[in-house]
Amino acid sequence: MNSRNWITIALLLLLAAVPPLAAWLDQPFYLDLLRRVMIFAIAAISLNLILGYGGMVSFGHAAYLGIGAYAVGVLGYYGIYNGWLQWGVAIGASALVALAIGSVSVRTSGIYFIMITLAFTQMLYYLGISIEEYGGDDGMRLKVRSQFSGLIDLNDPTAFYYLVLVLLALTLLLVHRLVNSRFGLALQAARSNEARTRAIGLAPYPYRLAAFTIAGAICGLAGALLVNHTAYLTPDFMNWTRSGELMFMVILGGIATASGPLLGAAAFLLLEDLLQGWSVLPKWVTEHWQLYLGVILVLAVLYAKRGLAGLLPGKNE
Amino acid sequence: MNKPLLETRRLRKNFGALVATDTVDFSVHAGETHAVIGPNGAGKTTFIKQLSGELRPDAGQIHFAGEDITRLAWPKRSHRGLARSFQITSIYRDFSALDNVALAVQAHAGHSFRFWHPARADEALTGPAFQFLRQVNLHERANTLAAELSHGEQRQLEIAMVLATRPRLMLLDEPVAGMGTDESQRMIEFLGSLRGNTTMVLVEHDMDAVFTLADRISVLVYGRIIATGTPAEIRANAEVRAAYLGEDL
Amino acid sequence: MNLVLIAEQTLNGLQLGVMLFLLAAGLTLVFGIMNLVNLAHGALYMVGAYLATFFFQQTGSYALAVLLGLGGTLLVGVATELVVLRTLYERDHLDQVLATFSLILIFNELIAILWGRSAIFSTIPDYLGGRVEIAGGLSYPLYRLVIIGVGLGTALLLWYVVARTRLGMLIRAGASNRAMVAALGINIRLLYTVVFGFGAALAGLAGLLAGPIYSVQPGMGELILIQVFVVIVIGGIGSIRGALAGALIVGMVDTLGRAFLKPVLATVISAPAADAAGPALASMLIYLLMAVVLAFRPSGLFPAAR
Repeated sequence: MNSRNWITIALLLLLAAVPPLAAWLDQPFYLDLLRRVMIFAIAAISLNLILGYGGMVSFGHAAYLGIGAYAVGVLGYYGIYNGWLQWGVAIGASALVALAIGSVSVRTSGIYFIMITLAFTQMLYYLGISIEEYGGDDGMRLKVRSQFSGLIDLNDPTAFYYLVLVLLALTLLLVHRLVNSRFGLALQAARSNEARTRAIGLAPYPYRLAAFTIAGAICGLAGALLVNHTAYLTPDFMNWTRSGELMFMVILGGIATASGPLLGAAAFLLLEDLLQGWSVLPKWVTEHWQLYLGVILVLAVLYAKRGLAGLLPGKNE
Repeated sequence: MNKPLLETRRLRKNFGALVATDTVDFSVHAGETHAVIGPNGAGKTTFIKQLSGELRPDAGQIHFAGEDITRLAWPKRSHRGLARSFQITSIYRDFSALDNVALAVQAHAGHSFRFWHPARADEALTGPAFQFLRQVNLHERANTLAAELSHGEQRQLEIAMVLATRPRLMLLDEPVAGMGTDESQRMIEFLGSLRGNTTMVLVEHDMDAVFTLADRISVLVYGRIIATGTPAEIRANAEVRAAYLGEDL
Repeated sequence: MNLVLIAEQTLNGLQLGVMLFLLAAGLTLVFGIMNLVNLAHGALYMVGAYLATFFFQQTGSYALAVLLGLGGTLLVGVATELVVLRTLYERDHLDQVLATFSLILIFNELIAILWGRSAIFSTIPDYLGGRVEIAGGLSYPLYRLVIIGVGLGTALLLWYVVARTRLGMLIRAGASNRAMVAALGINIRLLYTVVFGFGAALAGLAGLLAGPIYSVQPGMGELILIQVFVVIVIGGIGSIRGALAGALIVGMVDTLGRAFLKPVLATVISAPAADAAGPALASMLIYLLMAVVLAFRPSGLFPAAR
């Protein structure tokens, strides 16, 4: 196993140590923050699959966060609290929608692909807003968290934390195997040199569509986790700005690396949090934190190409 | 067998007002090495692109092994046995040499919907890939990143990838372009070793390669084939000499 | 549902269409010629709206406000191009998306710092107010007719520039073969800046026209930008003709859909169902249209010839 993989494992171990540490320091806030980081990391990992490895700049990935969240929320609204069912629907519905959107979008490339994925996400966003039944614009509360027949209680912050950590580890493992399998290599080949790929007899479309669907499904799971985390659900989950944030997490962390999305999610969310609430910063910063975030991000895009993972030793996957 | 392996009938391709391929009838027999020569801008690469499937012709037909492949998609032609090397080397620069060839092997080993096992540890792919690298004498550079290979090595790598798709007919677009004398010689020798076993269509400027390797030569000028024949016949053809205006023949 | 209502909504659709066109024309050129995904285009629209509103309030002269609004937006646009966007031309689309996305954050917040987060009130001069009697008992706001006029006039002007002037020829050449234009010794950087400035001015124009009708607030650009993207995808990247066609189609479909889908649905399904499904479906209409167009024409209706 190369050094990059060791780093990922080290990060996971570090995350595992957080709950006891947070309890010892009496700072439950960190538990909450890092759980949020991990959930977004799962979403970012799924985006990295198609964006980093597949070369598909999808600007509509937040749609699946929304679908996953709404699957849980809507089923809960009708009194169905079974977690297995809710999360199953979250993943399944996301996969189906990804398949539908992908079948139209994946045939395109470049600027078209970016705009089409963006447009479809906004379509879902507007759909979410217009359905008054589920809160429309304001969204709705999640009165009951997903139930897992006594196996785990999501109302217990620590238990939920470890569940997310396990799912993060599983996602990392799954994506790792995926990108190094024949499927993953075909996907990467299509990104690396599309003409050559066709010339040797590989049509990129089926593999790209499959990757797009898988990424959507994983992100759907992240959505189900997110709504349980926030206990609140709004169409904003699928706003295009959310999609942009996910892309930032991927690029800040380092494209097409295993630990990249995790580092990126951490960096992005921590940065956002700091700019908004760090008592050390003057008011004129925290009140207009988006301005400073914007400046930092622009500079990061222009000058920090390889992301945080690029600063780590070892070679890329 | 008298029926040609590859045949075009009245092939035409326009780019706006420019006629790149002008009603071309072309045929290649199995086992033959057929060179296509012509001055710059004659439309040689456009012609190759239509044969391989990268471009759709505006009119005419292409037949391969008795099948009309005019409308057949590019990847599918590869599976019928039509392989192509590019004028400007086209390989996977961020993969190793072995990975490059293994991908070509993989492309012809059924579908690639295998999600779990690492492809790089798959003997069914790496074994044959290594053999093909050996065939082009690149086996010692198997683990080198393709971007770090020399220009000549990259072209050899591309040939290995072409061979890995087990083609019935190879479309080679200027295989020795940009190579030094030594490297060209080796490539010409190598291609010579393939003669007879594989059918080859060779687009080339390098007359050394053409006259050493070709069984027949077609001369393409302004999208039209003005002459087809054995190297000796072409050498003697007045129209061809005129078209080349005193170029090295 | 009567003829007057249909006519009114059709005019509304036309009005939305020309506004989308003003935004799409500049953006599609930037996409086609510079191969740059510019998400911050909506920000220029916002700047135009704010500057015009501000200057009208300060000077009381609408003409002056329009001039300063356009000029100001042009300046902001060119400045952005010189400082940030130039470095992005060489970069891949992902970088462009993220960088211009960050610019949106910056612009929105700067506007919020200057004018606050709530919507500001934008007015039109008296001579542009009031309604006009059109045949058949339809009285329609003069201002909206002015917008339609300005939009169509601009379309004509653009057509003239692109089809008949040297600059237009360079633009068309640049849209189909960037490298060639550069190889011919044309100052590509200057051409890019001019094209971008053009687009910025058009966006600013759309913004100042929109101010009095739509809400002037931070983030207003992003609300309309997605529709502009749909227009460009339907019309075809790099093509002004496509932008016009796409804009009119999207403007019409969206407006008429929102107005009439619910009642039309109510004739085939129950009223409460139409009540629920109508608005939802109407908001999805243009995206479904986009999907259908793409299924048959992956490069849009009138893509720039390549």
